[in-house]
Amino acid sequence: MVGRELGIWLVRRTGQAAAALIIALTILFFLMRAAPGDPLSRLSEARPLSPQEVAALRARYGLDQPLGTQFLAFATGLVHGDLGVSIEYGRPVTALLAERLPATLLLGGSVLLLNFTVGLWLGVRQAVHQNRREDRWLTALSLIGYATPSFWLGLVLAWLVGIKLRLLPAAGMQDPLLSLDAGLLTRAADILRHLVLPAITLSVVSIAATMRYQRTAMLEVLTLPFITTARAKGVPERDVTWRHAWRNALFPVITLFGLWLPILVTGSVFVEAVFAWPGLGSLAATAVGGRDYPLLMGASLLIAVLVVTGGLVTDVAYALLDPRVRLA
Amino acid sequence: MNPALAALQSAWRRPRGRTGAILLLLIATSAVLGPWFLPDPLAQPDILAGSLPPGLGHPFGTDQLNRDILARVVAGARVSLSVALLAVGLSATIGAAVGLVSGYWGGLVDTGLMRLVDGALAIPRLFILLLTLAVWERIPLLALILLIGATGWFATSRLVRAEVLRIREEAYVRAAEALGARRRHVILRHLLPNTLGPLLVAATLGVGDVILLEAGLSFLGLGVQPPTPSWGSMVLESREVLVSAPWAGIFPGLAIVITVLSANLLGDAMRDATDPRSA
Repeated sequence: MVGRELGIWLVRRTGQAAAALIIALTILFFLMRAAPGDPLSRLSEARPLSPQEVAALRARYGLDQPLGTQFLAFATGLVHGDLGVSIEYGRPVTALLAERLPATLLLGGSVLLLNFTVGLWLGVRQAVHQNRREDRWLTALSLIGYATPSFWLGLVLAWLVGIKLRLLPAAGMQDPLLSLDAGLLTRAADILRHLVLPAITLSVVSIAATMRYQRTAMLEVLTLPFITTARAKGVPERDVTWRHAWRNALFPVITLFGLWLPILVTGSVFVEAVFAWPGLGSLAATAVGGRDYPLLMGASLLIAVLVVTGGLVTDVAYALLDPRVRLA
Repeated sequence: MNPALAALQSAWRRPRGRTGAILLLLIATSAVLGPWFLPDPLAQPDILAGSLPPGLGHPFGTDQLNRDILARVVAGARVSLSVALLAVGLSATIGAAVGLVSGYWGGLVDTGLMRLVDGALAIPRLFILLLTLAVWERIPLLALILLIGATGWFATSRLVRAEVLRIREEAYVRAAEALGARRRHVILRHLLPNTLGPLLVAATLGVGDVILLEAGLSFLGLGVQPPTPSWGSMVLESREVLVSAPWAGIFPGLAIVITVLSANLLGDAMRDATDPRSA
């Protein structure tokens, strides 16, 4: 593609992403405020509140303002990086989100790593052995994986591996009994042991999708004439698979990245809640339990930003890497 | 012939589709007929007996309140299947309507609707539902169905719109327009029937998604409310007895896997039948 055209496309695609984000934020705000029920109802559960106290609290959280003013205040705060104060924790939402982000990135990163190694490799193997026993077994496994609820799989693994066999810790991210002066290596090993079960649980669904995608992309490439040429030249089958075919079958899989993000984020709510992993997902689950709107809102906002940017980055990477792509 | 029927018929000819359809029929039949043969899941014969492991009297065992798990799993099938079917029906209807209007009207209506869909797709469905469901202490089942249905049409509307864009320049559509057919007539008589095939595939695959979604929401305590048994809330309740009575959670989970798997098998087979490229 010509540089100028690419520039125009980039600007247009970025504008589209920005528009989607603004609409997503508006939808979120009105969803939260238009819903029946009162965000303060949870607070009055602890002890009966006097009308004066309720009025003071409503004023404190700006709930006494008209909807339009609330939206304006919300948008201004957003621009300044202010997402309000969590009702449950009584602390700024941004601080809470920032605290929980590293654990989620660690978990999400491990899942992506598993996807890009195990998932892609299995998908290629399936395509190479198309319709033979291995392919059939792997297809069946990936279909089952895709149908398995992650919260249930997490509980089963926690029970089997964590409690029955006592092989790995079934909850948390660090051993609370680990001495404070333990070395860096011991700490890292401890976190890694805690990471195994949540990462496997969360990977199952996305690996199933990756395998399927990679298998289809690979099968398409394997029918092309240049593969036949390579084989006729006497290129070893292994090189045909990995050097000739796979390189060309990798690009379509990149687009999966945009699809993975929502799947991962959704899955992490359940998996983190089951394994008490101190990330954004378990924070969102706690926020749901405590009816903590500002927090739930902040988490949803962050996720909307991630999903839109993820989609944008995927499209741009795809356009830059594969010049054959016709850009719409 | 009706394209939706044709998709079902050619799915039936594939082993995958047939397996999925037969399994779904079995599950639906047992959901409908089961309660006549099984003990009432709400009856608690002996609370003090506690959880019994799977055995002769109770093939799946009993939970901490000594309720028969098989009976509860079957009753849960009723709830899960009806939630999924109704919610998917609603999503498919809204999605088809929006897609047809957007694709056929074009212009500002199209741009507006599709920008809205873009924005809505940026928020994972689970989070839209979490935000709306969290305000209810105990959500009524009908409201849950409506909410799940109302949040599932975004991708469907895009699919239908793409189909409409593809067929609206076809000769028979142009001919109808040239003969002075009204927009409503063109949409209902010419465009809608031709989008039914892809719509049915999307809806079948949507059934599996909604079953997983409803189970997840119930697991978080936001979906189907006790004492109505649902697979997700059964797994949630089983967390308390994870060590002493693991069967209380294992069987409802297996029910989810098998049901979602069957719906996906059928959906896959129908897609392969209608879209030769994805086979």
